[in-house]
Amino acid sequence: MEGNVTVQTNELFLKKKKEMQKERRNLFIRRFLSNKMAVIGSIILTFLGLTAILAPVLTSFTPYEMVAANRLQPPSAEHWFGTDNFGRDIFSRVLYGSQVSLAVGLSVALATSIIGMVVGLLAAYYRLLDHILMRICDGLMAFPAILLAIAIVAVLGPHPVNVVIALTVVKSPEVARVVRSAALVIKEQTYIEALKAQGASAMRIIFMHITPNTVSPLIIQVTYVFAIAIIIEAALSFLGAGIPAPHPSWGNILYDGKTVIFSAWWMTIFPGICIILAVLGLNLFGDGLRDLLDPHTNKANK
Amino acid sequence: MKAYTIKRLLSLLPVLLVVAVVVFFLIHLAPGDPAAVMLGPDASPQDVENLREQLGLNLPLYQQFIAWFSGVLVGDLGMSIYMNQPVLDVFLDRVGPTLSLAILAQGISIIIAIPFGIIAARKRGTLTDQGFMVFAMLGVSVPSFLLGLLLMLLFGVYLGWLPIAGYSPLSEGVWSHLQYMILPAISLGAIQAALIARMTRSSMLDILSTNYIKTAHAKGVKERLVIYKHALRNAFIPILTVLGQTFGTLVAGAVVTETVFNLPGIGQLIVQSIVRRDYAVIQGTILIIAASYVLINLIVDLLYGAVDPRVRFNKK
Repeated sequence: MEGNVTVQTNELFLKKKKEMQKERRNLFIRRFLSNKMAVIGSIILTFLGLTAILAPVLTSFTPYEMVAANRLQPPSAEHWFGTDNFGRDIFSRVLYGSQVSLAVGLSVALATSIIGMVVGLLAAYYRLLDHILMRICDGLMAFPAILLAIAIVAVLGPHPVNVVIALTVVKSPEVARVVRSAALVIKEQTYIEALKAQGASAMRIIFMHITPNTVSPLIIQVTYVFAIAIIIEAALSFLGAGIPAPHPSWGNILYDGKTVIFSAWWMTIFPGICIILAVLGLNLFGDGLRDLLDPHTNKANK
Repeated sequence: MKAYTIKRLLSLLPVLLVVAVVVFFLIHLAPGDPAAVMLGPDASPQDVENLREQLGLNLPLYQQFIAWFSGVLVGDLGMSIYMNQPVLDVFLDRVGPTLSLAILAQGISIIIAIPFGIIAARKRGTLTDQGFMVFAMLGVSVPSFLLGLLLMLLFGVYLGWLPIAGYSPLSEGVWSHLQYMILPAISLGAIQAALIARMTRSSMLDILSTNYIKTAHAKGVKERLVIYKHALRNAFIPILTVLGQTFGTLVAGAVVTETVFNLPGIGQLIVQSIVRRDYAVIQGTILIIAASYVLINLIVDLLYGAVDPRVRFNKK
């Protein structure tokens, strides 16, 4: 009899918990939808992501096929964005280029989150380590991101993976700092003290109890890192030090387009619009998320 | 103030050391033998060996670092193997256009951004404010080299008002210098302007809601005086930080922007050095830029003390 009651209250408790979770999720979705910036940002990003994935369906041209007779054609019904100085279809180069640009951006965002998270948490928890790690971060942050990236790629050689490595080195300290400062606040809370008193191990406290509270600032920061990675990748490729030709990337198309800027505006305008859309989408999404998740630091929108 | 200055100066040392270590190890990232990579595939083994000897690559790593670092401390950044000139001289030869571009861009951005930020803050929540802020959002999202290409397309190719690329040094007349610099400076300054405008707006909003401003209003001080004398002075502190922090970004941006417009500055030097595999030049250049970035931030921090007495006394 007694056991039965416990089971019932347990079930009741679980049911209530589920309801509350659902309610909270619905509230978050409602707040997200009422945040114009976040919604517009995610629409732009979804659109770009879909066109990148569906590139083979959306265009019948390959980004590499050169047709000498079709050199520098302005936009037409057949070639929506025109053709370049080798007679390649710009529309398909822009679409396949967005695969490269977004993949580089996403890889950098993931890599910097992981490295930044681990470094930031360890620095926040261990005093001695903090001094060493933060001085290294300060040193790395003293380099203008784009210059250090240029130098690293110049030495390693132009290859998409090297671009990702360079950008990760350059941007991880920034993420680490954000995670560290969030973690420092959490570390002083009473519940962490209670956990220590109970004898919880350091790793358990760091990764089970501090980490979840640093996720929001991390995600916000990484959104901006994503945007900057796209900009720097485009700049590197534009300088001829990023994704090697003939692979399409937004920066490469701009690089090819610069030599013929007098006769072929379409080679600058279309990849340019894509870069602006991607960066704008990420910035809007980031600002929107910041409003949603972190009302304290919301200064831009007061 | 003195103790604060000394403390800030000391805190620079580890940062500069890390900068030096990173720059030093850059050359060792090269796949294979750096000397062989620098000389290209056609070099004879004897030449490679000579270069290894010249660069000290045969010494143990820590000795290489000490030798290199003690050179750096006295201004010896090595030799450019392509131009056969000290790196420092090569850098100084090319720094003019880059500095000119960065300073012009900073000037343009301040002139545009601060009034716009103030207006947006005063008309907070109105259509004007929202319009400015949408514009600023767009401004942050257009990379400067891309804006440069777009401006070049509009003013150089379509309207034909300005030369699309090239350079005329300041010594050959201010007007012709500006003609070549104005598009690069605008494209570089736009992002900066957007950042400063946002900072000005939020910092002004903070200040305008404080009691001393309300008191000034209540006493009947003229609106213009309240804004420019009472509010702006305090609002300027966070703006100063942004100015300092972003000046380094501006110099880095200048490097990319000037290659768009074929300005013969540091950017062109770096891009050419990549093609020539002239690693010493790349190393030296980014070392100088990173070090000056650190120094600029130091100056900004010290300037705080001058603008805001609270910093002098609180931060011990």
